[in-house]
Amino acid sequence: MKSSHEPGQLLVVDDNRVNRLLLTRALEQNDHHVSNAENGKIAMEMLRSRPYDVILLDIDMPEMNGFEVLEALWQDEELRYLPVIMTSASDELDRVVKCIEMGAEDYLVKPLNPVLLRARVNASLEKKRLRDEQRKLFRTFATPQVAEQLLRDGFSLGGKYVTASIMFCDIRSFTTLSEKHEPGEIIELLNDYFALMFDAITANNGMVNQMQGDGLMAIFGAPAYFENHRVQAVNAALEMVELLKAFNEQRKTQNKVEVRNGIGIASGNVIAGYTGTQHRATYTCVGDTVNLAARIEGHTKIAGRSILIDQFTRDGLNDSIRAEDLGEVIFKGKQQAIRVFSVNI
Amino acid sequence: MSVIDKTTFDELKQMSGEDFINELIDTFLEDAPKMIAEIKSALAANNADTFRRASHSMKSNAATFGAGQLAALAKELEMLGKENNLHETGDKLESLAEAYEAVRAELTGLKS
Repeated sequence: MKSSHEPGQLLVVDDNRVNRLLLTRALEQNDHHVSNAENGKIAMEMLRSRPYDVILLDIDMPEMNGFEVLEALWQDEELRYLPVIMTSASDELDRVVKCIEMGAEDYLVKPLNPVLLRARVNASLEKKRLRDEQRKLFRTFATPQVAEQLLRDGFSLGGKYVTASIMFCDIRSFTTLSEKHEPGEIIELLNDYFALMFDAITANNGMVNQMQGDGLMAIFGAPAYFENHRVQAVNAALEMVELLKAFNEQRKTQNKVEVRNGIGIASGNVIAGYTGTQHRATYTCVGDTVNLAARIEGHTKIAGRSILIDQFTRDGLNDSIRAEDLGEVIFKGKQQAIRVFSVNI
Repeated sequence: MSVIDKTTFDELKQMSGEDFINELIDTFLEDAPKMIAEIKSALAANNADTFRRASHSMKSNAATFGAGQLAALAKELEMLGKENNLHETGDKLESLAEAYEAVRAELTGLKS
């Protein structure tokens, strides 16, 4: 594992000068960049002023001790996932256990063993890097709020019933469009288009959970629950249409073909959860509501409207959004006729 | 008789680097008298927490240099502080100061 030997930004916190000097020196010998603080209070100030990768923390300190630092880190959304290695005497393991329970990652016994020091610091650095990557990935697909919840509560494969709004969105006549353009141009178009759609969805607390070709599926109200998920979904759709309009105006000035899309939203109970394996899992929703949203999206072509929603989504909207009743439609595979509404832009 | 464990000291030297060991020894010899003074004044003021913390620091540093006896004495004091039994200190503080003197002498000689 090459990456685990890359240098890290480390913070050594210890009130004892010999311990501080020695730890700093030993870590610098392993090519890390090391700063140090003589108590928890100074450490917290440093942690809030610039980023660090791993903290090596003493327990017994004046001003602010190790327990208080762990507590403060946990309270801080930005610092919560920073790995902390406790440095303690061999006869205080009961206190180390308390620190681990409070969120510390690992511990080292003083006097330090250089081999253990190197191994534990590298392991924590690796964890930090994985967490950063995970966080970055989550933030691409979801709002920071949803990403934080996922990081906090973790994954568990297995589903549950949730009430959510499901959105499907496709580009109209994409096949024709792609036949007329160079492959490179098509990919560029898709990337620009998706960037805009993602923005509108995540800005309204939705999460894009599937992309296929020119289509996407997004979930509102799960995995992080929002009571107004129906409003959020429709607002996202309105923003998507608005952004696409601006996108097309820009394309027109460059003599490029305009892009049209259709958005369908249905709300209700869905079975939601992570599917896949522990190593590669996606959050997804299945159930009637999901099928309905896909069918409604397909219906935008026939109805000639940009945004269509079902009755339950309509019922969750406030007066500021105008929804026009288009009457009942019988969809393929559905027993009952479904009332469909068009959201007016 | 040596009061510094050679294996521990050599490991320390290896970890910190030859040139750095002198700085580490100097730092300890500068700070240790302050720790002993702190333990003394904490005893006079019957401040068990400061007593415990200063003893803890002494124990930690003594162990780092391989000064086993000094570390053991400091640990005894630390326990008294922890249990709030400063009145049982007796001549333990004198023993600690004596042990430190021997450590100081030997560490000074070990400087390269």
